[in-house]
Amino acid sequence: MKQKELAQGTVIEKQQLNSVTKKITIYAPDIAAKARAGQFIILKVQPDSERIPLTLSSWSKKHGTITNIFQEVGYSTKELGNLEVGDKIMNVAGPLGNPSEIAKYGTVAVVCGGLGTAVAYPVAKALKEAGNKVVSIMGARNKDLFILEEEMTAVSDEVYFSSDDGSKGQKGFVSDILKSLIAKNYNFNMVFAIGPPIMMSVIADITRPYGIKTIASLNPIMVDGMGMCGACRVTIGNDVKFACVDGPEFDAHQVNFKELIQRLKSYFAEEKHVTLVVQQQGRTCQCHGR
Amino acid sequence: MSRSLNGSCKPQNRLAAVKVPKQEPSSRIKNFKEVVLGYNEEQALAEASRCLNCPNSPCVGGCPVGVEIPGFIKLVKEKKFDEAIAKIKEKNSLPAICGRVCPQEEQCQRNCVMGRKGDAVSIGQLERFVADLERGKGFQVSTVPSNGKKVAVVGAGPAGLTVAADLAKIGYKVTVFEALHTGGGVLVYGIPEFRLPKQIVQAEIDYIKKLGVEFRPDALIGRLFTVNELFSKGYEAVFIGTGAGLPKFLSVPGENLNGVYSANEFLIRVNLMKSYSFPLHKTPLSVGKNVAVIGGGNVAFDSARCALRLGAENVYIIYRRSRQEMPAREEEIRNAEEEGIKFKFLAAPTRFVSDEQGHVKGMQYVTMKLTEPDASGRSKPVPIEGSETLLDVDTIIVAIGRTPNPIIQGTTPGLKTQTGGIIVVNKETGQTSLEAVYAGGDIATGEATVISAMGSAKMAAKCIHEYLSKREKVKTCVALR
Repeated sequence: MKQKELAQGTVIEKQQLNSVTKKITIYAPDIAAKARAGQFIILKVQPDSERIPLTLSSWSKKHGTITNIFQEVGYSTKELGNLEVGDKIMNVAGPLGNPSEIAKYGTVAVVCGGLGTAVAYPVAKALKEAGNKVVSIMGARNKDLFILEEEMTAVSDEVYFSSDDGSKGQKGFVSDILKSLIAKNYNFNMVFAIGPPIMMSVIADITRPYGIKTIASLNPIMVDGMGMCGACRVTIGNDVKFACVDGPEFDAHQVNFKELIQRLKSYFAEEKHVTLVVQQQGRTCQCHGR
Repeated sequence: MSRSLNGSCKPQNRLAAVKVPKQEPSSRIKNFKEVVLGYNEEQALAEASRCLNCPNSPCVGGCPVGVEIPGFIKLVKEKKFDEAIAKIKEKNSLPAICGRVCPQEEQCQRNCVMGRKGDAVSIGQLERFVADLERGKGFQVSTVPSNGKKVAVVGAGPAGLTVAADLAKIGYKVTVFEALHTGGGVLVYGIPEFRLPKQIVQAEIDYIKKLGVEFRPDALIGRLFTVNELFSKGYEAVFIGTGAGLPKFLSVPGENLNGVYSANEFLIRVNLMKSYSFPLHKTPLSVGKNVAVIGGGNVAFDSARCALRLGAENVYIIYRRSRQEMPAREEEIRNAEEEGIKFKFLAAPTRFVSDEQGHVKGMQYVTMKLTEPDASGRSKPVPIEGSETLLDVDTIIVAIGRTPNPIIQGTTPGLKTQTGGIIVVNKETGQTSLEAVYAGGDIATGEATVISAMGSAKMAAKCIHEYLSKREKVKTCVALR
C-alpha cells in the first residue's frame, strides 16, 4: 500500500536500455487503469518545459504505473532522461489518442524499427492476446540498438531481426524481410508498421500492391495532444486529420509520408538553439540542482 | 471636445470619457506587458462621476450577466470600493477578466445614455479598477458549510470557473477537471499576456480554490474518465464547459507547409507555453519577417500583435470583407493600427506557395467584392476574376474560427449534438439530453465571448442547484425522454 502515498508523476524506475535509449516508469494509477495499446501520454517535466508526447510502452494497473521508452534526441528528452527515481514529473496527461484496433485478424505482421519497437510491443501483445498469429519483424542500425527483444519474442509466434550493418539478423532493412515473407506466401491479413516515417512509408509501398491492410502509427509534432493546436495535422487520402484525436494510427496506404517527414523538420533550428543555450548556461543552471 | 489627458482629469468635459493610460505603441510592440494600464483612483472617480445613474439602467440590459452597473458606479463615486466590487461579484465572478476582455462597446456601453451625445461611461475600465484594487488587497473568502453534494466541472475556462465558483459559494463540493496542465482555458492559451496578464487569471483561480474547489489538471475527460464514470465516482451532476478549441483550416493548397500555423497553435505556443521567452521556456516558435494572419476576429488580432512582438517586420491582417464587417473589437483594431499592423481587406487566400525546403514563401490571394446586403443585412464577398496577387510571406497564421472539441461527444453515449458538434442544451436551463449533465459556454453555443460563456454558465449553475435540491442522489446519467 506504500505506493498509494506517491504523487502522480513520481519516477518509480529508470533504466538505460542502450547508449541512446532510456526506459522510465512513472506512477500514474488513473492512466494505468485506462491505458490501451496504441495510446500516448503528454509529459511536462517542469513549469518551463515543453509538452512532449510519448507513446505508452507498457503499464501496470496493479502497480499503478506506466512505462515509456525514449531516446534523448533534444533538450526536452534529455531533461526527462536526467530525472532520477523519486523525482516528480510535474504533469502527466493521458491516455491520449485512439487505441489500436485490436481484433482477431488471422496472421499479422508487426514491423518495427528502432524506438518504434517500444510502441509496437503493446500492440503485438494485444494482437497475440486476441488470438492472432503474430509475426514480428524488428530492425535497428546495429545489434546494440535493439530493445525489448525478450518481450517481443514472448508475444510473437515468429520473430525476425534485421540490422543495417548485419551485426544482428539479416543485413538490411525490416522491409526486406517483410518482402521475402510475402514472397514465401505468408498470407498476412494485416500489417502494423511502427517506426521512423521513412520506414513506414516503405512498408506501405510493399504491401499496397498486395492489398494487405497496413496500419502506421504516426509521430508528428504535437503541443497540446488533445485536438487544439493542429500542429500534428497529417494528410490521409484527401483529408487533413489530427494525429492526436483522429489517430495516431492510420491506414498507411493513405498517409502522405512526404508531408509528415517535411513537417517533422519544423523546429530543427530552434531545437539546436535551446540545447546550445542551455549548454552554455550549464554551469549556473539552477534547474537541475538535484 | 477637449479630452482630459493621462493623469489629469480636471477640468473635465462631461461628454468625454477619461482617457485610460496605455503603453506607447513604439515601446509596447517590443514587450508582452499589458497595453492598457488602467485608471488610477482620481481617474476612476472622475469617470464614475459621469454616470447619470439612470433610473431605468439601460446598461444593465446590455450585460449578459446583469451586473447592477449604476449601483456599483455609485459606490465608486462614494469611494466605497469594497462595496463596489462586492456589488459586481453578486453577478460576475471574474470582474478583473471581464473588465479587460468583454466587448463593452457592444454590450453595456452601447446602451449608455451618455453615449448618445458623447462617450459612453467607461464601465469596463471602472470594473477593472475596483477588481484590481481588490486583488491588490487580497481576496476575502467566506466559506459556507458543505451540503455534501459533489459536482464535476469539465474544463477550467470561463464557463467552468464560473460554475465552480457559483456552486462552491452555496456549499457544493466541486472538482474541476482540466485537460491542460493549467486552468484558465482560452484565458491562458488564447488571450495574450498584453491583453490579459496571466497572473490575473491565476489569482482568480486561486480565489476559486480558496472557496474549496479542487482542481485536477491533466485530466482529459472522455479519455481518463468518461462522463458516466464521473457519476460512479460520486459526482451527482456534471457540467461540460470544454469550449470551442478545435481550429478550422481554409482547405487551400499548401496549408500544411512548414511555417503555416493555426491561430490556436501559434497562440498556445506563445501564451500557454510562453515561447516569447524561449529559450527560458523550452517550447519553440519560429516567426518569420513577413507574416500573414488570415481572419478578422479578435483571435486574428491577438495573433498578429503577438507576431509583431516576436520580431516580425511586416504583419498583415488578411480579411475577405471590409473593415466595417470585421468582428474584432474596435478597440483592438485601433490598438493594432497604432502598432503598425497592415491590412489587406477584400482579400481571400487561394494558395500557399512553397520554397525548396517545404517552407511557405508566399500567399496567393484573390480580391473580393461585396454583393448587395442580403436579407440578413450581410454582404457576401465574391471573387473578382483575374485578380490573383502574390504576397511574399514566410509565416501564415490561419485564424478563421474554432469548432467544439469532439472528445466528450464521442465518448458519452446519448449526449445529443447538433451540426458542428455543438452540444444540444435546453436554452433555459443548460441541461443536455442527459439527466444531471449540463453544458455551457462555447461547447453549447458555438464560438462566442468570455462573458456570454459566463452568462450561460451562471444559468446552468443555478439550474444544477435547483435540480440537485429537488432530486435524490443521482447514480448514473440517464437519457432524458
